[in-house]
Amino acid sequence: MKLRIERAALLASLGHVQSVVERRNTIPILSNVQIEASEAMLALTATDLDLAVVDKIMATVERPGATTVPAHTFYDIVRKLPDGAEIELTYDQAQRRLAIRAGRSSFQLSCLPKEDFPVMATGDLPHQFSLGAEALKRLIDKTRFAISTEETRYYLNGIYLHAAATAGVPMLRAVATDGHRLARSETPLPSGAAGMTGVIIPRKTVNELRKLVDGAETDVAIALSDTKIRFTFDQVVLVSKLIDGTFPDYERVIPQGNDKQLEVDAKSFAQAVDRVATISTEKSRAVKMALDNGRITLSATSPDQGSAIEELTASYAGGGLEIGFNSKYLLDITGQIEGDTAQFRLADAASPTLVRDAGDESALYVLMPMRV
Amino acid sequence: MTGFCRDCLTDVDGAAGRCPACGSPRLLRHPELDDLSIAHIDCDAFYATVEKRDDPGLADKPVIVGGGRRGVVSTCCYIARMSGVRSAMPMFKALALCPQAVVIRPNMAKYVEVSRLVQARMRAMTPLVEPLSLDEAFLDLGGTARLHQASPARMLARLARDVEREIGITVSIGLAPNKFLAKLGSEIDKPRGFTVIGRAEVRTFLADRPVSEIWGVGKVLREKLAADGITRIGQLQDRDPLQLMARYGAIGDRLARFSIGEDDRRVQPEREAKNVSSETTFDEDIAEFDRLKAILWRQAENVARRLKKADLSGTTVTLKLKSADFRIRSRAATLPDPTQLAETIYRTALPLLKVECDGTRYRLLGVGVSNLAPADLADPPNLLDPEMGRRAAAERAIDAVRAKFGDAAILKGRGFSSGGRAKPPAGSSSPSSHNRRNPGPDRR
Repeated sequence: MKLRIERAALLASLGHVQSVVERRNTIPILSNVQIEASEAMLALTATDLDLAVVDKIMATVERPGATTVPAHTFYDIVRKLPDGAEIELTYDQAQRRLAIRAGRSSFQLSCLPKEDFPVMATGDLPHQFSLGAEALKRLIDKTRFAISTEETRYYLNGIYLHAAATAGVPMLRAVATDGHRLARSETPLPSGAAGMTGVIIPRKTVNELRKLVDGAETDVAIALSDTKIRFTFDQVVLVSKLIDGTFPDYERVIPQGNDKQLEVDAKSFAQAVDRVATISTEKSRAVKMALDNGRITLSATSPDQGSAIEELTASYAGGGLEIGFNSKYLLDITGQIEGDTAQFRLADAASPTLVRDAGDESALYVLMPMRV
Repeated sequence: MTGFCRDCLTDVDGAAGRCPACGSPRLLRHPELDDLSIAHIDCDAFYATVEKRDDPGLADKPVIVGGGRRGVVSTCCYIARMSGVRSAMPMFKALALCPQAVVIRPNMAKYVEVSRLVQARMRAMTPLVEPLSLDEAFLDLGGTARLHQASPARMLARLARDVEREIGITVSIGLAPNKFLAKLGSEIDKPRGFTVIGRAEVRTFLADRPVSEIWGVGKVLREKLAADGITRIGQLQDRDPLQLMARYGAIGDRLARFSIGEDDRRVQPEREAKNVSSETTFDEDIAEFDRLKAILWRQAENVARRLKKADLSGTTVTLKLKSADFRIRSRAATLPDPTQLAETIYRTALPLLKVECDGTRYRLLGVGVSNLAPADLADPPNLLDPEMGRRAAAERAIDAVRAKFGDAAILKGRGFSSGGRAKPPAGSSSPSSHNRRNPGPDRR
């Protein structure tokens, strides 16, 4: 294998795939990235056995071929080479070494054979549809902060993507929850997605996908089965296993009868919560919201630090109510609100509160109060 | 000079050699006797003394407690010490020095029990009791004289006498103006000692003592000091603290202050707990999951009760097992939220235990929680687990019944092992279970 490629293109592509490779690996081949040169194309593949990313870039290929090299070392080398450099990659099959040359720099990297590199078979992917990159980004952004990190309830460690209907309109929905808060976002159901099985996409896949899709210029083709999902766009293919578990019946958690309605300017509310939370203890992060007709009083106290209080005007007529929330959870949600107004629907100090974005019908959040 | 008899506590004036009331020679006299209030109490050869107490046949024999765990001497009695046996000495070496010694495997549960009795008596004298381990503690008796109608020295002598008479073990006491000197004092006249170090004699008392007796001077610093020709505390007296700090780092300040007997550390009664745990050493090794499970439940209840009592909750649940060959396995799981419920601790530890039940025979099982948080953060309502609230309510109802009618009023079936003999419920003082509330790593 021998090829020449521009540093910036190689760096971008390696950047796409190297984060899939775990820093610590007991199996040496999993520390490597596969590089495969064919006609005018260089394909880079990285995998952790649950997730594989292939990124293709243009290259001047003299001799096709393939091998694998340590991903993070390769990435670091390319990163440190001067901007604008042209890089020559030459694989010496006999020595099992990849030579990396650019200007006066020359590196030799030990390789492991391509044959040892694990291939992630997708099997049959019966459901196929396509989704705009922007729509996919929104689904992820509005839900991923609520993904649980708790290992015992592993089925919460991802985004639940499924088909549903809102007011009779078929929707593709993303839901994530950790038991303290729940985030739901939806987009009209793309054709081809009707009848798809609900799948749980693991957190790491969600995060890698979100990074990759940032620069996407085309729609994202999604194909899935019960166990695997594949995303294809531009020159990128991401294949991932799905979490084998049952996502809880989240609809039951979304309160229906909350009758106290609060509307507040989302930005000033978020800033006030952030300020007041400076005082709340590291462990609890609790902020108390005291509601009275026409206004909210936010407060926090910490036995060690002192107290904070801030008052905001709000549209509210539900009578006196004191309720506590984890300020981080409040900020996670308000951070996703795009419209001017955040809408709260509350019942009482112990029941789940519903939060909506006045500027975005498609997003919905549920937040469990704290005892304060 | 003011003084009294340590046996009958009668005041003694003048220079009599024996107590005029009871004839005892154990008279305590010191010009500052009634002015000092910081004490260090150290039980004499604690484990060995407890064993001798429980088996009078051992009274005149050399006794070594140890072996088992790491094959070293934990404690040896004073008879064994005469042959040169020391604690932390490898067992084979100890037996070479003292072949006739009786070796006893440590029975920690029993020592914990005795330690509790002794500490309870200390706490009856002052709330400022800082235990350093099972067998030693600092006490600050400042300001208690009027309450007790007796000076700290007299109260301490009474404590030593009562512990000896009623609990059956002996202690040595150091009474001084501060912790550093009190601890040195308790070492001086062991066993059954009572040493008073007054402010007036501090400098002369310390001058000839080795620098290694200063708290914080370990092997490395001792060698560094020795290389500079300093081996006695007296050589540090009147040195400029800044110079000592420049030469030895931050500890230089302490070298200067401790060398003239100045120590302003307070007696700290409650160190913040880092974990709450309960563990049991079995009479016979156990391999069966079902039997271990029942013990685990009782321990979980035990931990939960103490969390509730201390207004704490824990986020990380740790299971500890010790196999018959003394290998320790510990497995932990972290919860999304802190808990103080026995139910949650049990449910979290159970799968960890299940995995370890691979036929290995265990001699010890324990469960604990760490990563502690205040009680008001414990067990928050969960969107996905509405049952949680009900379980918490059920457990609090059980707690309320037990508070009223005793721990045995309500027992869960899972506390009885299937096929095994039913043990007393958690919470009653099962003789082979002991509880620990571990202090932070900065203990000494």
